[in-house]
Amino acid sequence: MAASISATTGSVDLLLRGKRRELRGRVFEGLLLATLLVALLILATLLFSIVRQGWPVFAERGMDFLTSPKSSLPQRAGVAQGLIGSLILMVFVALLAFPLGIGAAVYLEEYARDTRLTRLIVTNIRNLAGVPAIVYGILGLVIFVDFLRSITGPGGGERGVSYISGGLTLAVLVMPIVIITTMEALRAVPQSIREAAYGVGATRWEVVRSHVLPYAAPGVLTGTILSLARAFGETAPLLLVGAVTGFLATGSGSLLETLRGQYTTLPTIVFDWSRSFQQFQQLTAAAIMVLLGTILLVNSVAIVLRNRYERKW
Amino acid sequence: MTTTFGESIRGALTPESLRGSARRRRKELIIHRLFFAAAFLSMIVSALIVLSLLGKAIAFLANIDLTNLVAPGWFPRQGMYDLRTIFVGTLLVTGVGMLVAAPLGLGAAIYLSEYAQPRLRRTLKPILETLASVPSVVIGFFALTFISPEIVRRLDSEAGIFSLAAAGIGVGILVIPLVASVAEDAMHAVPGALREAAYGLGAKRMSVSLRVVVPAAVSGIVAALVLGVSRAIGETMVVAIAAGGTGGSLFTWNVFRPGQTMTAAMTSLAIGSDQVRGADQAFNSLFFVGLILFVLTFGLNLISDRFVRRVRQRY
Repeated sequence: MAASISATTGSVDLLLRGKRRELRGRVFEGLLLATLLVALLILATLLFSIVRQGWPVFAERGMDFLTSPKSSLPQRAGVAQGLIGSLILMVFVALLAFPLGIGAAVYLEEYARDTRLTRLIVTNIRNLAGVPAIVYGILGLVIFVDFLRSITGPGGGERGVSYISGGLTLAVLVMPIVIITTMEALRAVPQSIREAAYGVGATRWEVVRSHVLPYAAPGVLTGTILSLARAFGETAPLLLVGAVTGFLATGSGSLLETLRGQYTTLPTIVFDWSRSFQQFQQLTAAAIMVLLGTILLVNSVAIVLRNRYERKW
Repeated sequence: MTTTFGESIRGALTPESLRGSARRRRKELIIHRLFFAAAFLSMIVSALIVLSLLGKAIAFLANIDLTNLVAPGWFPRQGMYDLRTIFVGTLLVTGVGMLVAAPLGLGAAIYLSEYAQPRLRRTLKPILETLASVPSVVIGFFALTFISPEIVRRLDSEAGIFSLAAAGIGVGILVIPLVASVAEDAMHAVPGALREAAYGLGAKRMSVSLRVVVPAAVSGIVAALVLGVSRAIGETMVVAIAAGGTGGSLFTWNVFRPGQTMTAAMTSLAIGSDQVRGADQAFNSLFFVGLILFVLTFGLNLISDRFVRRVRQRY
């Protein structure tokens, strides 16, 4: 009797714990974790394979690689022009895409009523964020390089294959991303903050400027920094608006002349060298190290900012 | 309008007097309009994109012999604009990419949303975020120098350095973080009450994940996959570097052969464009392919947006 009771409780216990299905559960959990580990493995392999190929360049030449211009000789070629080009383009993106993107996001989140036009604009922005980068290149080619050549070009009716065109194209490209991330940051600010400000008589702009934006600042900043990193690595549209893949003379001239002149960028150099495969393989990897190093640095700044200032309401 | 602040203090307080000074109101109005202009700019950008594509795409179709759209391959310099080649190329790259990205991305999403403890989540998520921040040109180089020799050529010894498969795997790697993050957002949005109800009935974590959370978040998961496909179709640099279609490609269904996609076809036209610019229709085919690509991805994005909205409405 006692034995059968204990056997029953034992089997009930087993049933309740579901030993057999527990095993399946564990296998399932293991598989899921494995997918993340594969992602980690891919990332590690990628970094390792690139550093292994690119390291000898730095070991041999040191800073020389960063300060030399492009060259057809692998032992003399460097990424200086690409670095400068990329940095100048980033200034364009920061000056154009950030204020316009944040302004648009403030309008859509704080000002706009829920009308059909507003919904259309929001849907349109979401779609623009998903349009392939190369399509923005076509926009840049037709509008900035050809149509606006008198502004973007060196003058004399020449095409505007210049920093200005490249910068405008990248700015248009990242603007939807800036808008979307900023909108999310603004949405996270609780309504009560706005109401408190309205309650003491603030106008809409005063509410936004002195209350909503400061509270949303960490989120906005993270989003904009990440979009800047995205623009830094962008290649395809710049090939269309004329970032130079071949040889590029280091010019000297006034600021405006430079901005209306030809340019190249770091990712363009990576693409160019990766096509001239064998000979330039180490150099390509070294250039990628510079590119990735910059992007990862910028991104970790963004992530630290987010973790440091993120607040839970 | 004529009421000033001073008068309203002396007289009775009317709604008019609460509107504040005219200067303040004017400033508000200007700022309001500026912000609206910034938001409306996105509509103009869309219109300009369509405009810049449409003109030359039509010129291209009007000026070529339409029979050239079917040929043994895509060789724009020789007047062969075989659309099948670049469609099938895109299809193969996207297919291989999604074979990589769908299981890995969704698996990661389920784990992060349903299994990972908050602390583990905080250490695992940056992996995906870092992977997402790697530029596609870097993945392209990785596909050419690692994926191709170490993976693709082991699967098929006849495969060359360049292949659609290597490009496809590279594209897949790029799409993993996107699929994972959109799908995780959707699963995160499923209310905890649904999970607790299932646990209360004695369900295990696996059943809760697969039979409660995944079905509840299915719209978002579909959206993640559609968005992944859209991104894979539009991915350019990986294919331009690793698929080996520079200059043109023969029609092929074999993923282990070099091939051409819509995006890579556009890049190779763009790089070599200086010589042929305006000379023949080869350069204009760039706009035609661009238009197809734009319509295709725009449609997919719209579909995915609709699915995402469905999740949001329900919970």
